[in-house]
Formats: sequence, C-alpha cells, structure tokens
Amino acid sequence: MSIKSGIPGQLKLRPRADRQTDRAAAAALPAKMTARGVKVFYGAKQALKGIDLDIQENRVLALIGPSGCGKSTFLRCLNRMNDTIEGCRVEGRIALDGEDVYGKAVDAVQLRARVGMVFQKPNPFPKSIYDNVAYGPRIHGLASGRDELDEVVQTSLKRAGLWAEVKDRLREPGTSLSGGQQQRLCIARAIAVSPEVILMDEPCSALDPIATAHIEELIDELRANYTIVIVTHNMQQAARVSQRTAFFHLGEMVECDDTEEIFTNPRDERTQGYITGRYG
Amino acid sequence: MTDLVEQDVAAVTPSPSPSSSPAKSRLRSEAFARRLRARHAAERRFRLAGAAAVALAALILVLLLGSIVAKGASAFLETRIRLEVTLDPAEVADRNYTALLRRALYAQFPQVTDRAGRRVLNDLLSSGAPYELEAMVARDPALVGTTRTVWVRADDQIDQLVKGGYRRDLPESERGLSDAKVAATDALLASGALAQGFNTTLFTAGDSREPEQAGIGGAIVGSLLTLLVTMALSVPVGISAAVYLEEFAPKNRWTDLIEVNINNLAAVPSIIFGLLGLAVFLGFFGMPRSAPLVGGLVMALMTLPVIIIASRVALKAVPPSIREAALGIGASPLQTVLHHVLPLAMPGILTGTIIGMARALGETAPLLMIGMVAFIVDIPHGLTDSATVLPVQIYMWADSPERAFTERTSAAILILLGVLILLNGAAVILRKIFERRW
Repeated sequence: MSIKSGIPGQLKLRPRADRQTDRAAAAALPAKMTARGVKVFYGAKQALKGIDLDIQENRVLALIGPSGCGKSTFLRCLNRMNDTIEGCRVEGRIALDGEDVYGKAVDAVQLRARVGMVFQKPNPFPKSIYDNVAYGPRIHGLASGRDELDEVVQTSLKRAGLWAEVKDRLREPGTSLSGGQQQRLCIARAIAVSPEVILMDEPCSALDPIATAHIEELIDELRANYTIVIVTHNMQQAARVSQRTAFFHLGEMVECDDTEEIFTNPRDERTQGYITGRYG
Repeated sequence: MTDLVEQDVAAVTPSPSPSSSPAKSRLRSEAFARRLRARHAAERRFRLAGAAAVALAALILVLLLGSIVAKGASAFLETRIRLEVTLDPAEVADRNYTALLRRALYAQFPQVTDRAGRRVLNDLLSSGAPYELEAMVARDPALVGTTRTVWVRADDQIDQLVKGGYRRDLPESERGLSDAKVAATDALLASGALAQGFNTTLFTAGDSREPEQAGIGGAIVGSLLTLLVTMALSVPVGISAAVYLEEFAPKNRWTDLIEVNINNLAAVPSIIFGLLGLAVFLGFFGMPRSAPLVGGLVMALMTLPVIIIASRVALKAVPPSIREAALGIGASPLQTVLHHVLPLAMPGILTGTIIGMARALGETAPLLMIGMVAFIVDIPHGLTDSATVLPVQIYMWADSPERAFTERTSAAILILLGVLILLNGAAVILRKIFERRW
C-alpha cells in the first residue's frame, strides 16, 4: 500500500514549496498554550509519557491516534478536567499565555471559563435552550441585566449556527433538540462565556454525517475568534478542519506538524501506518 | 510496528462462508428444536410462578385489609341516646349535669323506681355525657331554664350491644352484659331514642379509659409534632451528608469506614435508637420524658441512614455528563451540585425521605424507651408536652380489655394506613412536579 492511497480525498494538495514556506510561518506563530513534559498517571498506570506540544492562536489543532493513546487525557489536562477524576496525577507544565495552569495563582474555575470544552456526547442541561446558553454568563456575571443576557444568548446561538432553528422555541428544553442541534447548543453554551480556547473531545462521533458537516463548518468559522483543539477518530475530519495535527500513540506524541504535512509526508513510520489505515 | 500490521492482515483474511459452517446445521437439528421447546417451557413456568406469587401477595393483602376494615368500620359510628333534658337553673348552678341527664332518662322509664333498676339506667349513659351537656350550656347560656332534646353518648357496652358485639343468645353469665341492660337498650331502641351517628370523638378526643370517650386526636397531634422534629433534623442533615459524601469527600479509608457504618446503622433494630435516646437525651441532657421533641430526635437518628443512602443512590444516578458540562463552562463544584445535580436527584431524594418519614410514623419500639407509651389524655400543644403517637396508641388500645377498644384499635390502624397512603401520595405528586420542572 502506498502512502498516497491513505490520503483523505478532501485534502487539497498544494505545491511542496508553498507548504514549506507555510510551515516556516506556522512555526513562528505565537503559542496560546504550551505543554512541556506532561505526564499523567491514573493511579499507578501512566497514561501520558511526557508530551511537548504548542497550541497556536486562532488555529485548529487536531489530535489523532488509536483508542487509548491518551489524546483525550491530554485534552482534559488543558482545562484541568482531570482534577475531577479520583487518583489522577499530572506532572510537567501546561501554560496558558505563559502562565502555568496548574500553578497556585490559577483557579480551575476561572481556567475552565477561559478554556471551554465540548464533549463527545451532546450533554445539554435538562433546562430550556435559553437557560443552557445563559447559564455560563449568569454564573460568571458576564451580563448585567436581562437585555444584555438576551444579547449574549442570541450572539452565541448565531455563532453556533443554531439561532435560525431555535429562535422561536428558546423556552423549550434543550434535550428536545436533535443530536446535531444539541451538540451545536453545547458549542453555543461554551462560547457564551467568551473563552479563549475551545477543547472538543470527538464532538461529532455521536452525530450523523449531515450534522457532522454542520459542526465542521462551524469549527472553521470559529477559528477566527478562538483557538481550537479537537480530538477526532476520523482522519478525514482532522484533514478537513485542522491546520495542525498531532499524532498520539501509546501515551506519546509521535509527531506534530501542519495537517497537510502529516497526511502527505509523515516522518514517523507509526504515523504513516495509522493514517493509511493499517492499524488503529 | 510490524506486529500491528500482521494483526490487521489476519483480520482482513476472508472467513469461511457461514452456510458451510457446521454450526448452521446444528441450529436446524432435532436436538436444537428440543432445547428450544424446553427453553420456552421454562419461560412459561417462570411467568406462571411470578404471576402466582403476585396473586398470593394480593390475596393476603386483601385478607388483611378486609379483616381490619370488617373489625374497624363500626368504630366510625357511635351510639347516642335521645333525652328530653330540662335545664333546671338550680342544678346548672351546681353543675350537677349528671342529675339532669339521669332525671331525663328516668322519665323515659316511668316503671323503674327501685335503686337497682335506676343503677342499670345510670350505666346506659356514658360517664362523659354530663360534660357534653355542660359544654352545650357553656356555648349557649340562654338554654338554661328550657327543656331541650339532646343526644348524648351512650356507654360503650350499650354501643357494642347495638353494633352486635354481644351475643344475645348466650345466658347472662356468659354474655358479659346483664339482661336488665339488654332490656333497657331494647326499650330505648324501640322508642327511637337510640341512634347511631358519625363518631367525631374518635378523631378529636385524646385517650381515655372509657372507650366511648377515647380518640386518636392526641396521638395524631403527637405524631405530627414528632414527625415535624424528625423532618426538620433528618432531611437537611441527611441530604447534606449525602451530597458531601457523594460529591466532595475524597475516597479513602475514612470515607469507606463512614459508608460502612451508615449502611450498618440503617439495619440497626429501632429499639437500640430508643435506648440511645433514653441514655443521651433523657439521661445526659435531661430532656422531658414522653415529649415529641425527644421522640423526634430519636426518629431523626433512626431515619438519617435511610435518607443518606437513598439520597446517595439518587445522586449517583445523575449522569456524570451533566457534572462535566457544568464544570466545563467554569461552574464551581458547589454550583454544579446546587444548580444541576441536586435538582436532578431531587425526585429520588424525596422518595427516600418520604420512605424514611413513613417508617418514622409507623415506628413504636424506640418511643417505648423514652416514655411516649404513657396514658395521656390531653392533646399536646407543644414539643415538650407529654404526648403519644399513633402506633403507640394502637399498641395501647390493643392491650385494653374492653370490647369497644378492639374495634377502635382496628379503626386507628385504618387511620394510620390512611395517613401513610397520603404521605406516599404526596411523594408521588412531588416527584411528578420535580420531574416536570426539568
């Protein structure tokens, strides 16, 4: 099997020289978040074995790799969601704008407002559509008064591409929406608190292809305002939505590069094997 | 990574086509058909056994309820005697209402003039009848000096005779009721001066040695006060403990130990809690005996484990995705619990709470230890007044020798069951309301 046959069809190939200059430019982009030597232990079991990774501002970083490789674990380190797991220990340094997120000066609650998250399974609160989106701004005191809150809810729903579908039924429960709509509601809920980074943990794995396409378009639009990290099992999706891709395998980050580069010219044998579908 | 590649190749190798596999022919064999029939037969047998068990349980329940209703229904009626009472101002001034009533009764039996005969007539009236008359005069003093038709309570023996509690065909010595009383009752019945009406006394009065004056009013108030104390203590403490243990406490040996102890406490015989109450609340803190306050405290200790366990189960049942969603947008752990987890767990918590309350309402043993088993005539007005509760009242009445207490015991059981059904109904309604809100 050749490498080329494994390249997702949607990927637009450009001349190699162009890609090289892009790579150089990309490397120079400022990093919104940086991870250095991140190790994670669940009890005695080590899930991550020292990850070094830069997450650049206003770009989409895709984390790919076979199941159990630690990509979701890494994602959950970025907003300290791992804190809630009993027996989970994180070593190394993760910084947001140069500040250690595991440092004493950083509050997990504030961090999670700055680094929002969208989960694998759509998990709207069993409340109205309006309350789902308004919850974050309410608890953080981001909107003063009813009108401002309405405004935030409307903007968030519009950005999530859901406004047209739900504007007449904001009082209905969020759980009454379809799966794809629920996931967009969760994205609206996440962006309502104006985070700087959005983490997405396989956001489309529970959705049908049409809903997936919707979300992927949305991710591309959101890139203008947010830094996005997305975990996905779907390599076409990684190729379609991301600018950079990191390949994880058995708790290690094998390789991280421009998405085009990873899919056309992977340097590591394991990456090549994975993207050509030989395992994973 | 060659191992991975090889593994993959093996998976891609086409497997033998299913039609040629020996498994297929086995699925069509006679032996398989036999096994299939046996499996269906086993299923039918199981269903039949299940249905039979349900039917048996229903039958026993119907028998139990039927026997209680049959025994207790008559207690909701009481027998009253009609008297033409002339309210002589001199006797009223002396508060000699007994004499007034007796005079009116003698007037209905002009042929009875001897002392023995009149004593029989005196016994037809309840010893509480004069107080009824006194209360009537107190309500309307203008009655003094007039002649009025009044209906006063009959003695419990007469009441039982009218209801068929005594066998008339037995000789006087075995019947337990004299021929003279039977004759006098029959005469009153014939003249229409004896009638049955709804027994309000049963609901309003406190306990009494005289069955016709005894009621469960005091016990109901005592039960309510006790339950109030129990609820005020065990609900907030129980839910807070459950939330802390389930959502915040670290999982280590200490919390394991606490969990094991809570589970054990739920299985501790209730009388042990009574002993604890006796030693701690009465002995050490010197709280009043027989008081709903102490009863409530003891019941709170008893119901706490039940509420904690039920609440923890309800909290555990809330999907973790809701917690993640809330934490993911920066809600603090407490906000996550208060805004999302607790409301979702509320129906389950309420159910557990009501089950705990129902158990407290029906509990007798621990209250025996703290003196709530006393004979108390007055209806309690506060948490420190002497009181008794419904199940203890039932227990005490069941011990009384008078025939009339038998039916009152059954009636009190019916009322207790009614209150329990009301409580459970409230639980169901509350559940529905909470579920609709979410």
